[in-house]
Amino acid sequence: MFDRGYYDGFGGAFLPEILVATFDELVETFEKAKSDPCFWQEYSDVMSTYSCRPTPLTFAQNLTDMFGGSRIYIKREDLNHTGAHKANNVMGQGLLTKRMGKTRVIAETGAGQHGVATATMAARFGYKCTIYMGEVDVHRQRPNVFWMGRLGAEVIPVREGTRILKDAINEAFRDWVANMDTTHYVLGTACGPHPFPEMVTYFQSIIGKEARKQILEAEKKLPAGIYACVGGGSNAMGIFSDFMEDDVDLIGVEAGGKGLESGEHAARLSSKDASIGVAQGYKTYFLQDNDGQMKKTHSVAAGLDYVGVSPILAHLKETGRVRFEAATDKEVIEALSLTIKKEGLIPALESAHAFVQAFKEAPSLSKDQAIIINQSGRGDKDIFTVAEAFKDPKWMEFIKNKAEEYNA
Amino acid sequence: MLESYLKKRLEEKEILLMTHIVIGYPTFDDSLRIIEKMVKANVDLMELQIPFSEPIADGPVILHANQRSLAAGATVKKCFDFAQKAAQSFDIPFLFMSYYNILFKYGVDSFATKVKEIGFKGAIVPDLPPEEGEEYLKAMEDNSLAPIFIFSPTTPEERMRYLSSFGKGFIYCVARKGVTGKETEFSGQLDKYLAKCRRATDLPIALGFGVKDKKDIDFLKGKADIAVIGSQTIRLMDQKGVDAVEDFIKSLFG
Ligand SMILES: Cc1ncc(COP(=O)(O)O)c(C=O)c1O
Repeated sequence: MFDRGYYDGFGGAFLPEILVATFDELVETFEKAKSDPCFWQEYSDVMSTYSCRPTPLTFAQNLTDMFGGSRIYIKREDLNHTGAHKANNVMGQGLLTKRMGKTRVIAETGAGQHGVATATMAARFGYKCTIYMGEVDVHRQRPNVFWMGRLGAEVIPVREGTRILKDAINEAFRDWVANMDTTHYVLGTACGPHPFPEMVTYFQSIIGKEARKQILEAEKKLPAGIYACVGGGSNAMGIFSDFMEDDVDLIGVEAGGKGLESGEHAARLSSKDASIGVAQGYKTYFLQDNDGQMKKTHSVAAGLDYVGVSPILAHLKETGRVRFEAATDKEVIEALSLTIKKEGLIPALESAHAFVQAFKEAPSLSKDQAIIINQSGRGDKDIFTVAEAFKDPKWMEFIKNKAEEYNA
Repeated sequence: MLESYLKKRLEEKEILLMTHIVIGYPTFDDSLRIIEKMVKANVDLMELQIPFSEPIADGPVILHANQRSLAAGATVKKCFDFAQKAAQSFDIPFLFMSYYNILFKYGVDSFATKVKEIGFKGAIVPDLPPEEGEEYLKAMEDNSLAPIFIFSPTTPEERMRYLSSFGKGFIYCVARKGVTGKETEFSGQLDKYLAKCRRATDLPIALGFGVKDKKDIDFLKGKADIAVIGSQTIRLMDQKGVDAVEDFIKSLFG
């Protein structure tokens, strides 16, 4: 057995016995890849030829002028192939799958971004692919469900439990315990049993490595703060990890849903509603009741609607290295609207959480300071949810007409 | 304690039977009636599952039983009260089965003390390998309770020996890959696996996952010490009601 991936008491590998050997193999494969001098090069070559790396760091002049405080930069993970940072993790794990000689991949997905990314990777590498997605998310992220199907993945709507991300993870595990000989489970975020938190962070750290170089080129100094949304924590860990030792504020923004007081949110580290527990194979803060049963969560953003959070972030909360805030659904729609109008950028609903907190803090920072917002993904996938939130009359008319066309 | 009880029973019976129910499914009253019927039908020991919202090692049948029990208001306290009643009413050894978060939130020490106080003999915690279970192992030891560990077909023999060194009572051998409640092929492959399990431990061995009728149990005679029936009784209950359970259990040995 391996070093069990503890971050000051968070993390670990609480595995059913049937999976122990599979995890031993995964840890060994990952460790070998990490110490292979060619592996990171191979990975970054794939990312620069198949996806759009390095992704740009965009200076947001109009937002900067409007808030009148720090200079606002946006790291453009939305320009990855398939439109989110999820591509980074997925291509990395795709390379490991090849090293393990496996021929099938499975994944959970919330927003559908990780599912689509996994499906493209599977198509490219020639793997069979099954995606588990909560039924609630299947409905709110229809465009991504469509693309997964086109890409040849089998999408299985999960009707158990709360029918969202955590339930999709459970079903993926249930598949894996039966099919581990041929199958790798491409977990989509920096959660789950060791080595996933470390491994997903490792692949996502490509974001922070680039951002550091880019901001130093643009500003000749480090930023004052970096803002990232936190679902499971992979885009946040990705951009934070290269600034850990620096005098840079790191701010993770969770889903405040209908408000922290409402109980309908997914704020594990920024609210008092979560407590430490062990589920889905690892120890972290969970939104759970006193018996240890997981609670229902809510967010307008399917990708942030999760009961647990990266054990590495739980640790960084305790040490105070990362500060956690929450953004409500309403604030998110407003920040999204503003960003679209001012900069012509369309962040995903998930990413817009990071924008909310940055907009709150930018005015009180000085003009010679810079901040970076991680735009983890693009908002196209959210067109149904966003159009509904905006109550866009032309869109509604279009949907009605389409429905009639199909009925005719 | 548990081990010596099992070994004594094995002097009289070729194979023992352990059954599994989810506490509070379909209702607490029904759970008690089911136990009564199982005891009447001569079950040797039982595992009672405290429901959990994320039972990742369980297949659809037991998963749904967990969810329904919770939806109907099961709490850990109610499960303990229920378990106490069961232990007082019936003279067979009982074990708890649950996922680690239930123990962790209750407090591992308090959990073990409570299990002892109720009069249960041990626990099966499928998501707690010994590497993560130091506190649990100590608490179980302090209360003379049996921590039941699991062997699987993917477990190398060396690791089986390692697991066995922590186990008490018996070893739970999972018949195949996958979750509870799916088909298992009772074939030569299983023979080999059970022989390997037997080599790796001196404890009695139980075989579970997919055991569903007399034919399966006959197959296991002489190869395993305990046959475990889980999903099949829940399935039967779902289809034919609680009363069908007694005849079913009797038919296994008929
Ligand atoms: C665009 C986008 N951002 C963020 C997230 C949240 O995940 P994480 O916290 O792992 O970055 C998701 C998850 O689906 C996503 O699609």
